[in-house]
Order: sequence, then structure tokens, then C-alpha cells
Amino acid sequence: MTAPAAPAATPVPGPTTAPAPVGRNRRPRTLRSRRRRDALLGYLLVSPSLVVFGAFVVYPFAKNIWLGLYRTPPFPGLPKRYAAYEQYQQILTSPEFVASLRTTALFLLMTVPTGLALGLLLAVAAHQRLRGITVYRTIFSSTVATSIAVAAVIFFTLLNPQVGLLTYWLGREGQPSVLDDPQWALVAVAGVTVWQNLGLSFILMSAGLQAVPDDLLEAAEVDGAGPWSRLWNVTLPMLSPTLFFSAVVGGILSLQAFGQIDLLTGGGPLKKTNVLVYAMYDAVFRQNNEGKAAVLSIALFGLTLVLTLIQIRLLERRVSYER
Amino acid sequence: MVLRGVTKRFGDVVAVDRLDLDVADREFLVLLGPSGCGKSTALRMIAGLDVPDAGTVAIAGTDVTDIQARDRDVAMVFQSYALYPHMTVRRNIEFPLRNRRVPKDERDAAVAEASRVLGLEELLDRRPAQLSGGQRQRVALARAIVRRPSVFLMDEPLSNLDAKLRVQTRAELIDLQRRLETTVVYVTHDQVEAMTMGHRIAVMVAGVLQQVGPPAEVYDRPANVFVAGFIGNPPMNLLHGDLISGDSDGDDNSDGAGASDGTGGSGATGPVVQVGPARLALPATLAAAAARATDGAVVVGVRPEHLRLDPHGPLAATVTVVESLGHERHVVCTTPDGPAVNARIDPDVPVPADDEVVHLAWDPEWVHVFDRASGERLGP
Repeated sequence: MTAPAAPAATPVPGPTTAPAPVGRNRRPRTLRSRRRRDALLGYLLVSPSLVVFGAFVVYPFAKNIWLGLYRTPPFPGLPKRYAAYEQYQQILTSPEFVASLRTTALFLLMTVPTGLALGLLLAVAAHQRLRGITVYRTIFSSTVATSIAVAAVIFFTLLNPQVGLLTYWLGREGQPSVLDDPQWALVAVAGVTVWQNLGLSFILMSAGLQAVPDDLLEAAEVDGAGPWSRLWNVTLPMLSPTLFFSAVVGGILSLQAFGQIDLLTGGGPLKKTNVLVYAMYDAVFRQNNEGKAAVLSIALFGLTLVLTLIQIRLLERRVSYER
Repeated sequence: MVLRGVTKRFGDVVAVDRLDLDVADREFLVLLGPSGCGKSTALRMIAGLDVPDAGTVAIAGTDVTDIQARDRDVAMVFQSYALYPHMTVRRNIEFPLRNRRVPKDERDAAVAEASRVLGLEELLDRRPAQLSGGQRQRVALARAIVRRPSVFLMDEPLSNLDAKLRVQTRAELIDLQRRLETTVVYVTHDQVEAMTMGHRIAVMVAGVLQQVGPPAEVYDRPANVFVAGFIGNPPMNLLHGDLISGDSDGDDNSDGAGASDGTGGSGATGPVVQVGPARLALPATLAAAAARATDGAVVVGVRPEHLRLDPHGPLAATVTVVESLGHERHVVCTTPDGPAVNARIDPDVPVPADDEVVHLAWDPEWVHVFDRASGERLGP
């Protein structure tokens, strides 16, 4: 290829004849200053939330790490003792912590899959064009408007060893309440938690189901898919973002469960319902050991983070966001 | 496939009213009508997605009215294509076979064949989101043909494609139907699709079947005013008039204008129709037909291509606009006290100016006469 010959006689503008540099130099300066102004405005706009986030998240978090480095004295008034990472090591390897971790894991396993399955079941059942179905939808989602204290009182009564309806149905009249039974207390508390979270799970699943296009299900029907095949091959994959979101949110809610445990079992019997959050509360308010509570809270943070990351890594691969 | 008295109501609305329809084996039948006329509902009842309130649907001699969609031997292509977004193209195509538990080697062979027919071999491992509109459409077709159903149902499958692709896919669909030698029921509101694709067209309006016939018959002999006005672009000119005499011998010319036959010539005798201030003489062959009109009230129909500019033409009209399409021109005029009239003229005819008064004449053998009260065709 031959390049067109450059006209040799073209005069090259010399520095004295060129008025351009003035404009060329000024332009970047205005651009740069505008960018700086924009950045400043940006920081200004996010600063209120940065302040709130800093005061209520970053500072307490850093303070917690710091608190964990000091041993709380057995009697108030005595000085704190710097223990470096020793306190972390000691608490995180203690049988009490391991037992609490195990309880937390069991609680998570009992509540999250059950909550998802029941929420989905109710949502599928309520996703019918039937007369009066809105009444059922309202009932199914009502637990979301019930406070945990109310839920605890309801179930405390239902499980009452003398007059509780559930006690009667479970055939446990005359025996101690399930809430006092080391074998069943965690199951009972998990049941209350599932019930409490069912409304949210149902609402999320219902919204997800409504977003599944009807013609996809109709196409599957014409393609020869029965109800199970449609659920398995169309509805569930289309619902996967909702299921994923519900699993993550449900997991976090379960890890943070406190009210129902405090009101129903107080962490007992025999510490069988002593999940991490409750152990933390116990350390601060009953044992007055804020150093221990700080270590437990950091552990809970780590656990939540790891679990959520695992969920994202494992589950998101199966999630289809395509529409 | 046979539909007998099929009726579907949604609340007080009758979506499909006593529909009787016979579709022959290997026929390409187009259900044509404006939006909301019940054509899609009729198709869904054939598919088994909607249950008729009355009537029966039979496929290949078997009454399938109470049989579920998945057990009818039909395949459907949806307007939205309804591809499963989480499945690859291959999984989409083989889904109907998996549901019928077809062995893997047979499944693979069928998918290979369907994707070869539709030119999808290169796309089998992609997801629908990675495909263009035309490719998605072909995947939907492949999913329909893969198990060789006895009837294909298509619900406006071309409406989401751009104009150029639509013309191309139209030809491909016609070719596909010929190659597969299968029965197709095709729903559309696009009369060009109906005219070009169907062996027969079934025109529906307000849930009622108006006319069934080959495209040429529906175009040339519309059964009623609705079909006449719906088929054809621009549509047929429909002029409301009153029969003022059984023939055009001039006894009744009280205003002295005289009645002229539409040909622009003279000498023919036939019924005379008063349209606004104009008196139009119809060919003598229409006398018997026009005489059947209720109270002498008729609608005279002339297609734009059968109208021509003629200084001796009986119908005076003022030009509103002239639309040039290159190969032809549409002259839109208004008649005094009458409706707008559209004439299609060849590009070599001089273009009248806007607001110019022109005279229009027509070919007498292409005049349609309808009863104004019932809208039904009277003749020829």
C-alpha cells in the first residue's frame, strides 16, 4: 500500500504563529476543575450516609475488635488487662463456643431449608385463580406483621404442658413442656422461627412466582410437561433468583435469631438453645464479660460472612437471571 | 381437525361464539381478524390451554375437548416464542421429547434433524438471551417440529420480527409447511400474512366466524361488509346508498343529473343507487341481487384498484392527498356528503393536484353490493 505523499511545502505552524495553545491549554484545566468540583459534590452527597455508617457500623466494629483484645476484670472497677489474641484463641477453642457453634449450625439447618420449602409450597398453593384466594394470601403472609414477642407468647401458650393445644396434639400431656426438654427445645424454637419467617418467605416466593411468564408454563404444558415437570423444569429455575435471595436473607435472619430464644427458653435447657447471638447476650448481660462478648460477636460476623460467601459461590452458579 | 359449536365466554364477554371449522390434513389455515376478535382464544382451545364452555374439538377423528394440552398431539409457537431462558437451545428443542421419555439417541437424532431443517446447528449450545429475534423464532419452530405433531398451532409468530425479517420468515414458514407436509393453524391480524401463507383464510370478528375460503375468494367475493373492509390494503371503498330504481332508464332523474353507470360509458341498464348527490348505475347483472336489499338500502363496494380517474366518471370527488409508493399511487378523495374514497392508480397516470375535483369510474364486473341492514353480500 502506498501512502499518499504528504505535501512537502505545507508550512508547519511555528510557536509564534499558533494561537491554538491558549485554547488547548485552557480546556483541560476547565475539564479538570469541573471533574474536581463533581467529585467534591459527590463526596458531599454521600457524606451523611458515610457519617451514619461510620458511627454505627465501622466504629462499633473496630471497637469490638479492640475490646476482644482486653480481658474484662472479674469485678467492676479493676483495670482491663491486655491479652492480645490470646483471648480470641481461648474463647474460640473452648467447648462452650464449639457447642454454641454446633447449636447455631443445627438451628440454621432446621430453619432455612424448611422455611424455603414451606414458603414455596404455600406460594404455589396460593398461586391459583380461585375465588377468595386473597383471603388465603393474607393469612399466609400475616406472620410477617406479627412481632416475635407475640409469636413467642402464642407458642408459649400452645406448648404449655397443662393447657397447650400443641402439647395435646403431640401427646405430651403430663410431661414437661418441649421447651424444657433438652432433646426438643431447639426444634421447638426453630419451629417458631420458621413460623415467624414464613410470611416473608411466602411473600418473596409469591412475588417470584408472579414474575414467571404464563406463556412459559403454557408452552411447557403443550410440550408435554405434567405439573411436576413444569414445577421442576420451568417454575423452579425461573424462581432461582428468588430462592437464592430468600436463602441468603433467611440464613442471616436465622443467625441473628434472639427474641424467640430469650422469651421461650433463655438459652436452655442445658444450653441446648444457646446459639451464638444468645451466648453473646449472656456474656455481656449475665456474665458482665464484654471482652468475651466482643470475641463472640466477631466470630458471628465471620460466620455470617463465610456462610453468605459459600451460598453465593455455590448457589449463584445455579441461578438463572435470564428472562 | 374439526371444531363444532365451540364457544368461550369470559364473564359477560363471548370471546368465541359457536365456532364451526374444519381443517383438512396438511392444510395451512389462517385465522384472521382484528385484535380481540377471539382468534387466539380459538387457537388456545385447540391447544387445550383454554376449555370451551360449549362445543367440541376433534383432532384426527378423536374428540379431545376434555383432553389436557400435553396429551393432545399438537405443538404451538407463541407470539413471545416462550423459550425457556435457563436452557440452552439444544435443551429447549429436546424438552418435548424429554417429557415423553424418548431415549437419548433418538432425542439427539431428532434435535439434529430439527436444527438442520431450521439452520440452528451452530447455536445449539447458546442460551435464548444470546440469540437475535429471528434466531429465537427459529428455535421456537424447531421445538415445535421436533416431535412431529399432527397439528401445528402458531399464534402471531412473526409479529415480533422487523419488517424485512418478517417477509423472509414468511417464505420460510410456507416452505417448512410444504416440506413437513403437516397441518397448520396460524393466527394473525396481518392480512398480508393471511393472503400469502394460507391455503384458506378464516376471518373472525367479535368472536364470530365471518367467512372461510381460499385467499382469492375471500378477497374477490367477501361475504359481508366487515370482510370487505378488513381484507385489502387500502381497504375496499364502501359507499352507502339507496336503490332508487330497478334500472337506469332515467325515469327517476328529477334533478336532471341523470344516472351514469360506473364505467363512465353509456348504454348499460341496471339498478340505480343514490350515493350522496351522485346517482350511480350498477351493471344490469346486479339487478336481482340489489332487489333483495332490505328497504332498498345497500352498500356498494369497489376496491381501490378497480377505481380509475375518468373525466366522464359518475363519482365526483375532491382530492385530499396523493400517496406515492413508487410502483403505484393512492389517491385519497372525499365525496360530497360521503365517505373518503381511495383509488389506486398506475404511476404513469398524471397525478391530480390536492383539492382538485376528479371524476372516478370503475370496472362494472368488480362492483360488490351488500345489504346495509345485515351487512351480508347480495351480489354478484
